[in-house]
Amino acid sequence: MSTPILILIVLTSLGLLFGFLLAYSNKKFSIEVNPLIHIVEDVLPKGQCGACGFAGCMAYAEAVVLNPDVAPNLCTPGKDAVAKLVAELTGKAAAPMEPQIAQVQCAGTHDKAKKSYAYSGVEDCVAANLLFGGPKSCKYGCLGLGTCVKSCPFDAMVMSPDGLPIIDPEKCTSCGKCVSVCPKQVISLMPIGARVRVNCNSKDKGAVAKKACSVACIGCSLCMRQCPYEAIQMVNNLAIVDAKICEEKCSDALCLSKCPTKAIRPFVTGIVPGTENEESMAIACASCAK
Amino acid sequence: MEEYLKLFVASAITNNMVLTQFLGLCIFFGVSKNLNASIGMGMAVTSVMTISTLLAWAVYNYVLHPLGLEVLMLITFVVLIAGLVQLLEMVIKKHAPALYNMWGIYLVLIATNCVVIAVPITNAESHNGFMTSFVLAIGSGVGFALALILMASLREKLQYADVPKSLQGLGISFILAGMLALSFFGFSGMITL
Repeated sequence: MSTPILILIVLTSLGLLFGFLLAYSNKKFSIEVNPLIHIVEDVLPKGQCGACGFAGCMAYAEAVVLNPDVAPNLCTPGKDAVAKLVAELTGKAAAPMEPQIAQVQCAGTHDKAKKSYAYSGVEDCVAANLLFGGPKSCKYGCLGLGTCVKSCPFDAMVMSPDGLPIIDPEKCTSCGKCVSVCPKQVISLMPIGARVRVNCNSKDKGAVAKKACSVACIGCSLCMRQCPYEAIQMVNNLAIVDAKICEEKCSDALCLSKCPTKAIRPFVTGIVPGTENEESMAIACASCAK
Repeated sequence: MEEYLKLFVASAITNNMVLTQFLGLCIFFGVSKNLNASIGMGMAVTSVMTISTLLAWAVYNYVLHPLGLEVLMLITFVVLIAGLVQLLEMVIKKHAPALYNMWGIYLVLIATNCVVIAVPITNAESHNGFMTSFVLAIGSGVGFALALILMASLREKLQYADVPKSLQGLGISFILAGMLALSFFGFSGMITL
């Protein structure tokens, strides 16, 4: 018999042998999986974001069905609706969750934040950050190269022409993916009902921060002294607002009035902070990117 | 008997798969971050290596060699090992769930690793007998496990060390692996086969 035919016979029989063997043992060694796991998995959004703390939607479904200690409301992207469904399916008590949204704590657009050098490397914040912490003079601000935009599993982020990402409040599920990929840790999650926010992440002293960016928080603590409810604290030359106190007690937001650099502003979603008058443009841009 | 003992020591230490032949480096750096995982991985590699070597030996000596189809060695072994790992995964999942939780994730990783296929190929190329192949497989597996466990213990210690920023993570691991390999080269020549 000639070699090609032999090769054909040997490989075919080997393939068939293993094919049947695997198919047979798949039947023979199959394990009864709780069908509820698949039902729960179908309910989950399947972004595989890992915000629940498990390796993916399947892993969470398995854990929430089999382990009575795993809460049904861990899926942040799914929000209340999914939490309720999962709780119903697994027979657990649903705790309400507060809707959150990712926000970029920086307002340093191209015209406001100074640059210390021109970066022309890979279009990626992590890469740029390796080079002296990125091109911006401010070492805490958003680099604007869109690593977060690329990482968003729900297409909720768009890079605006001003050089800062815009987060679509309709699409953002607060999964926290962008928070973890940002090399500057400039993105955080905040309650959607928050009233004010500090659009700056600079921990530099006032003069240094102001030199690098015209809308930096200079740590003057004027806003802290304005607030009658002690919702604002100064940590490392940066004002930190406790959104909960704000939401519950405050009605007139006195803190906004005195800020010399307008770093603290009303909480708005869907636009770059500080470009409110260009609102229509930002929205138009976001829609064409889709 | 003495011959097999020599072969075992040689394959485990003097000709260590990882540290002197530089095979299986992917697992070597991937799974050596903590000691428990490396022990599990070491055991999984050793067992898969032994079983697949025996199977490959049988196929080579009773099918490929008599038919003069040595050219098909590589592709046949790949199919054999991949199929075997799948089968092994199913069996373990069914009959030893505890073992599966410990090994399961590593088994699939092993299916395409060069360390596992290196042993059957060595056996086929030097026309080793059944016992020799078996000892070589166990020895190489133990050697791999040893290297992995050594590396994992070193890297666990490393977490308390003040490593310069530019070398943190994989950088210092590569340097460490180099030193480890260097020390294993000290054994070379002790046993000649």
